[in-house]
Parts: sequence; C-alpha cells; structure tokens
Amino acid sequence: MKDFMFFFRGPGDLTLSPEQSQVQMQKWLNWIQELTAKGHYKSGAPLSKDGKTLQGEKPVVTDGPFTEGKELLGGYLVIKANSLEEATALAFGFPDFDKKCSLEVREIMEIPAH
Amino acid sequence: MEEGSHQKLVDHLFRHEAGKMIAVLTRVFGIHNLGVVEDTVQETFLKALQVWRYGQLPDNPSAWLMRVARNQAIDLIRRQQKLADLSEELVSLIQSDTEYVIQQFFLDTEIADSQLRMIFTCCHPDLNREDQVALTLKTVSGFSIQEIARALVSSETTIQKRLYRAKEYIKKHSIQFEIPVGNALQTRLETVYIVLYLLFNEGYHSVKADELIRYDLCAEALRLCKLLAEHPQGSRPSTLALLSLMCFQASRFDSRIGEDNAIILLEQQDRQKWNQDLIQSGKYYLTQAATGEHLSVYHLESAIAAEHCLAPDFHSTNWQTLLFLYDRLLELKPTPIVQLNRSIILAQTDRLREAIDTILNIPDLDHLLNHHYIYSAVLGSLYGDAGETAEALRLLEKAYELTSSLAEKKRLAEKMKPYAGYCHK
Repeated sequence: MKDFMFFFRGPGDLTLSPEQSQVQMQKWLNWIQELTAKGHYKSGAPLSKDGKTLQGEKPVVTDGPFTEGKELLGGYLVIKANSLEEATALAFGFPDFDKKCSLEVREIMEIPAH
Repeated sequence: MEEGSHQKLVDHLFRHEAGKMIAVLTRVFGIHNLGVVEDTVQETFLKALQVWRYGQLPDNPSAWLMRVARNQAIDLIRRQQKLADLSEELVSLIQSDTEYVIQQFFLDTEIADSQLRMIFTCCHPDLNREDQVALTLKTVSGFSIQEIARALVSSETTIQKRLYRAKEYIKKHSIQFEIPVGNALQTRLETVYIVLYLLFNEGYHSVKADELIRYDLCAEALRLCKLLAEHPQGSRPSTLALLSLMCFQASRFDSRIGEDNAIILLEQQDRQKWNQDLIQSGKYYLTQAATGEHLSVYHLESAIAAEHCLAPDFHSTNWQTLLFLYDRLLELKPTPIVQLNRSIILAQTDRLREAIDTILNIPDLDHLLNHHYIYSAVLGSLYGDAGETAEALRLLEKAYELTSSLAEKKRLAEKMKPYAGYCHK
C-alpha cells in the first residue's frame, strides 16, 4: 500500500441553503465513511482561507493564498491505495464535482533508504 | 475515526439550527439587520461544511454551530466598535464585556425566547397573510427561497418579492422583535395560530406540491407549534388544541394517498396505517388543552379529528358526537366549508334531505358550486344517494371540470359511473 494525497480545489464561497448544505455534508460523511470502512482513509484536514505567501529573493510577504479564489486549496485527504489507478478510482466518490470543484491525486513518494 | 461508525446528521438539522441562529442573531443585531444575520448564518454553515467533512462530526453538531455563530457575532461587534469614534479606553472596556453579553443570548432558554420573538415578528398582524407565511418559512424554519416556492407552488420571483415586501415593512414601521405582553399576547397568538395552521394545511391538502415537500411543511408546522407550546408564554390551551389537531391530522398523512396517487377517502383508508404515536400525542395534547374557559375552534376541530382517529372503523364512528361538535364549531366559525362538512355528518345520520337543504342554504352557493369543486362534488354525491340522478350527474361533472387533481378526477369518474346510462342533456 502506498499513500496518496487528494488535494481539493474550488471556489471558497458556495451559496447553499441550510438543507442543501446538509445534503452536501451527508455526501461527504458517506464518502469518508466508505473510504474508512474499506481501509483507505488515513487522515485529512481542511485548510484555513487565511494565509501568507512569501516570494522573491528578498522574500516579500503578501496576504492570502496565491491562487485565484475559484481555485482555492480547501483541504486534503491522505489515502492508502495500491496504485495511482486505484487511488484515482476512489477519487470518483468526491461529492463536489457539480460545485465547480476539482480534485488532484498525487502519490506521496517514499524516500528510499540509503 | 472509528471503523464502521456511521455518521448521519439528524434530518433537517441545518434547517432547524438556521432558525435558531437567525432568531438569536436577530436579537443581537436587530431585525433591521436581518441581511447581516442571514450572511452570518450562511458563513457558519460554510465553515461547518469545510471542517466536518474531512473526518468526524463534532459530538454535538448543534452546539458547534451555535458556538461558531456566537464567535462570528462577537467578531463582528468588535470590528464595529473599532470603527466607532470612541476613546480607546472606552472601546477596550466595551470590548471586554462584549463576549459576556453576547454569550447570554446563546443560553438555551434565551434561544427559545428569541425563536418565539421571531415567530411573533413574522406573523405580525400588519403583514399580508402570504408574506407572513413566506417570512416564517424563511427565517423561522430555514427554508430556501427555492424550497418555499416548491412548497407553496409559487415562483421564486414571487417568493422573493414577498420576502422583500415583508422585510421592508418591518423596517419601515419599526416592528419590535418581542413577545407581546398582556392582552396583546392573546390577540397576537391568534394570528400565529392562523399562520401555523395555514402552513400545515398547505402541506396536508396541496395536490400540486410534491409529496416530500408537503410532508416537510406539515412536520415544520407541527414543530413550530410544539415550540410555541413548550414556551411559558406560548403554552395556552388553544396552542395545545392546535398542536393536538395537527397530530391527529398528521397521523393519517400516509394513508390518504394511494399508490397511483389517488386520494383515499376516510371510509376506505387502511386504519392500520394510521400513525399510533401521533394519535397518542394528539390525545395527550387535547387532554392538556382541556383547561380554561375559552373553547377555541382548534379545540372543536381537534375533537372532531379525534373522533375519526379513535373510531376502530368507519361504521363505528360516533356521528351524533360529531354532529354535536360541528354544531358548536358552526357557532364559532359560520363558514361555508363548516356547513358543507356538517352536511356530510347529517347524511351519515340518515338525515339526507336535511343535509342537502343545509347545503342549498349556504349563502352564495351558486358561486361556490361554480368555482370550488368540493361543493359540487359533495352536493352531487348527496343527490346521488337521494336518487336524484340528473342533479347528481350534473354536479359531479361540474366538479370534474373544476378540480385540477388527477386523483380527484379519477374518484369523481368512479362516482359518476353508476349514473352513466342516464343522459341529462
């Protein structure tokens, strides 16, 4: 088993009614539940919207994440899977495709021993 | 995260919490700042959605939401205070108190209190009935504009207009966000009853709205009525009577509509399907309601519903008791529809001719027969029972034309079948 990261990107300002929020919430809970039940779930966390960006040879600090609002990195999951293909298949459960959100799957490389 | 633990949110938790948060925050920011309040609630849900979805629900989701809303309120106030043109000393004093003061609004008893204030504000007698209904669903029940439109079989633009109109009126006329006191309380409660009962009936009788949202409406009306009944200021015999009436009616919710979406009449309903828990609640609240000197229409209507719900089968229905109750109801509520329902009871007690005459004596009957299918349907079927086939057929056909419900059309067509050979034209 290898570890993979799911990065979630999308607009940070969804406008949903309470009932819609609840429906969306439940879809996530079900997805995470399924990943957990099958032993794929390792960890996950949301990322705060507040952030700083440091850039340049003499680093300049700017407020906020660097990408456009609509591509805000909202959080990540760490998933256990046998291959990139399997991890990608699991990613199809992501509930926010219809909310203009996207997901990036990346393998976490193991650092080879000396 | 525990393996195999299934995490499911309580049905409509977010809607109910939205109602609570809006009520409390309105008390903090004032009814004129309803826009700010709604934004704060929206942000709270966004935060929950962001945080909860990666792992686990908090042990007490409801408390979590309230805490976030509270902190957002405190932040907002602190920011406002910074902007205010005050001395730094005063600002720091005020700010240190803000947290304590705001927390008081979020105590459980205060939440209930705020919700009641919100109900009274939304059902303010100076607002149009349709605006009261829309505003109640939006701010007390946490429905979206889209959901309200679906529930009331209206367009989103119309609902938006109603909400706008109601909010403007409240702002312009400085309607107070409060629970009325003294004599005003009883009068204001009457309006609240009307709005809640209307909400319930929209859900119970609408033939146009889809099943799911109709059920939501009934459940919501019941929930709000219960909220009212559980508050010291709202717990009056009439409130309990209305609550019991809703329980009795709701107990038959599932048995009224058949698989092919046809309406099943009381006589043919499968009484096994009636929800016994709700019937028991109805009985309980009706007993609780039996105090004081004021007999409300809700007492009588609930007693009528109880008579139906508690009869083991249609033929054991105590028609004499029902007739007595309808006579009393007619005194309090001399409306055509009560007359019509009373005539059905008369017919059951072998007073068919009197039943027909009762209907014929309803003022403006011609108008009703030509515009509301139920009058033609009932009178037509009574004529049928009396053997006056031509009149029966004429009225049933009229009812058939008037109703837009396919289920009703189907039922009327069945009714007309035996008279089909008779040509009245």
